[in-house]
Amino acid sequence: MEDRILLAHGSGGKLMHDLIARSFVSTLGNPILNKLDDSAVFELEEHGQLAFTTDSYVISPIFFPGGDIGKLAVCGTVNDLAMSGATPLYLSLSLIIEEGLLIADLERIVDSIKQATSEARVKIVTGDTKVVNRGSADKLFITTSGVGVVPPGIDISGANARPGDKVIISGTIGDHGIAIVSQREGLKFKVPVASDCAPLNRLVAEMVKTSANIHCLRDPTRGGLATTLNEFARQSKVSIVIEEANIPAKKSVLGACELLGFDPLYLANEGKLAAVVAPEDADKVLTKMKQNQYGSEAAIIGEVAAEHPGRVIMKTRLGASRIVDILVGELLPRIC
Amino acid sequence: MKFVEEYRDPELAKKLLERIHRRSTRRIRLMEFCGGHTVSIFKHGIRQLLPQNIEMLSGPGCPVCVTAIADLDKAIALSRLPGVIIASFGDMVRVPGSRSSLQQVKAEGSDVRVVYSAQDAVYLARDNPDKSIIFIGIGFETTAPTVAASILQAEQEGIDNYYTLSLHKLCPPIMKAILDMGEVELNGIICPGHVSSIIGSYPYRFIADDYHIACAVSGFEPVDILLGVDSLVEQIEKEEYKVEIAYRRGVKPEGNPPALKLMEAVFEVSEADWRGIGIVPASGLRLRERYRRFDAEANFDIKTEPSHEAKGCICGSILRGINTPLDCRLFCKICTPEHPIGPCMVSSEGSCATYFHYGDGYGG
Amino acid sequence: MCLAIPALVKSIDGYLAEVDIDGVTRQVSIQLTPDVKVGDYVLLHTGYAINVIDEVEAEETLKILKELSQAQ
Repeated sequence: MEDRILLAHGSGGKLMHDLIARSFVSTLGNPILNKLDDSAVFELEEHGQLAFTTDSYVISPIFFPGGDIGKLAVCGTVNDLAMSGATPLYLSLSLIIEEGLLIADLERIVDSIKQATSEARVKIVTGDTKVVNRGSADKLFITTSGVGVVPPGIDISGANARPGDKVIISGTIGDHGIAIVSQREGLKFKVPVASDCAPLNRLVAEMVKTSANIHCLRDPTRGGLATTLNEFARQSKVSIVIEEANIPAKKSVLGACELLGFDPLYLANEGKLAAVVAPEDADKVLTKMKQNQYGSEAAIIGEVAAEHPGRVIMKTRLGASRIVDILVGELLPRIC
Repeated sequence: MKFVEEYRDPELAKKLLERIHRRSTRRIRLMEFCGGHTVSIFKHGIRQLLPQNIEMLSGPGCPVCVTAIADLDKAIALSRLPGVIIASFGDMVRVPGSRSSLQQVKAEGSDVRVVYSAQDAVYLARDNPDKSIIFIGIGFETTAPTVAASILQAEQEGIDNYYTLSLHKLCPPIMKAILDMGEVELNGIICPGHVSSIIGSYPYRFIADDYHIACAVSGFEPVDILLGVDSLVEQIEKEEYKVEIAYRRGVKPEGNPPALKLMEAVFEVSEADWRGIGIVPASGLRLRERYRRFDAEANFDIKTEPSHEAKGCICGSILRGINTPLDCRLFCKICTPEHPIGPCMVSSEGSCATYFHYGDGYGG
Repeated sequence: MCLAIPALVKSIDGYLAEVDIDGVTRQVSIQLTPDVKVGDYVLLHTGYAINVIDEVEAEETLKILKELSQAQ
């Protein structure tokens, strides 16, 4: 048995079929996937609108504290569905593998995918495997697409924020961003922080059961909380005012940010959501969130206003105000 | 964070602001020389909290902003040489040169690595013996000693493929040059905190003694900055000008002698080319003869075409405190953080970037 | 300019020291602060300790500030 992925594994022949059977189907198998037809065919028992999303994952390193590219690929797509209020159901899984990847690493990632899909209660029903020459991909790229069903009566969109609404974050910001940066070649620092990568669909389901007035949901991934709030402000043509003192963040994440010159508002989160909720329901939604393991540190961080549409403004600890812009360029460690 | 959190206490800040409001009776103009102070002032909204009669100006203390375009073009030319790895602080990577940027040449295939520390560049050299590692040495007196230390480390460990392009600049000389240009009238200067941790407070004495301008060496947290402003207001109201250290936990009058010694062992003072200002005598650092073998300029054939600034860019006058970004025709319309024209927009602590990201400091 | 943050020196090995900033750890150079001791706080700039923080002065500053607070 080869211990590395070869080009032949992607050529459609016996080697590929064996790989699929051994490494994918045996771990991820379910009645639909097991058919291995060209398309996954299924009926939807739930009623409502279909939600459909896709994302590619190219993160490096592929293993990091708190997860790996497989877990990320599942949670990212599950969360995108959940942010529309959809119940995630089925995922596709496409892999582009660099020649030379250790099969043991691939299987570790597939196990991780299995765990994530089990927790999120979704199934991988179709997939694809390609192998490219060494150097043409950075170990492994994954694309997942997902379908879910939005129950009738639910209308959650970045354009629905209204003046007076409260803004809630489900927990500490910047954990994933710092966990990844700390693995970056050459920065050489250690943080006791793991990625917060997690499936949030059950948290969202509980929130939606508690209140029919959840107006916006989004997970602040690349670009961080600042970018997500700016998106809400622009889409809804409102402004959002947040209080610096209310934004939860781990001490060591803040320490790492000071060290590198990062602003935690711009760091990626992979297991957090920002919610905009009607003011009369904000407290009970918050209480419900705190009962879920992925919302235990949730906090109300601000509210929506009508003046200065499109802007996000932060009240600093000193009581002054300043603008919070969207992320521009890359976050690079700086000396100034 | 110890020695940081305490200086963010809103209650202490409030009390200092009250005292500043009480004591300050005249219209005065203060310059925060250092880019880090500019960012902190904007980030914490300090401008809007100070009394109306205190005007704050930003100075040229942003090493990225003042790196001459011709020098940046040199770095870019070096990146195109075979077998070269450019190691740079993140700040420089997006700054536009005459025709390109380090980020752009990286996309074209040059090996450009962002490092957090000059020491990491030495390790890069050690780990890549068949390449030449050229470290782009920007920064003032805070950073220059670290680069000096990296060269000594390379010398000691027998690393012969480590080079630096020395673009370091000195603060007191440029402060004198700005004052001599007479373009702005200042009553007080917030002196850089960490530069002073190295050089101490004595080098600024000429500002108080000869120019009768109040000086306060300040730290970077809101309470630190307000302590500095408070000291300046007191000095100006009493008309007693001196250099006061408001950042006492980080700065001694004599600075850090071992660091100064190291810096002086490796570097010597030379003229320097300041973007937007021009050549200023005795305001920069170059490697001493003894360390010439680490000097990128001495060891590589750098061919550049004539350098030119972008039309309409007024970063120069912004750096000298004559204009603000709001006076620039390109600001926000053509020059934005996504498509920066000049260094003040690219540098995270450049005035233009600061205004763009945080507003004009008055919540607008 | 010059981001420098306080870091606690946990151990020293020649011209290198391991420092801690609220749980974040890194190995840094103490070539510029040769007299630093374990337990000191240093100002960390780009991976080098550029000075030892004067804790006595820090206390003094806070004391003066607190007195200012109470005086009004």
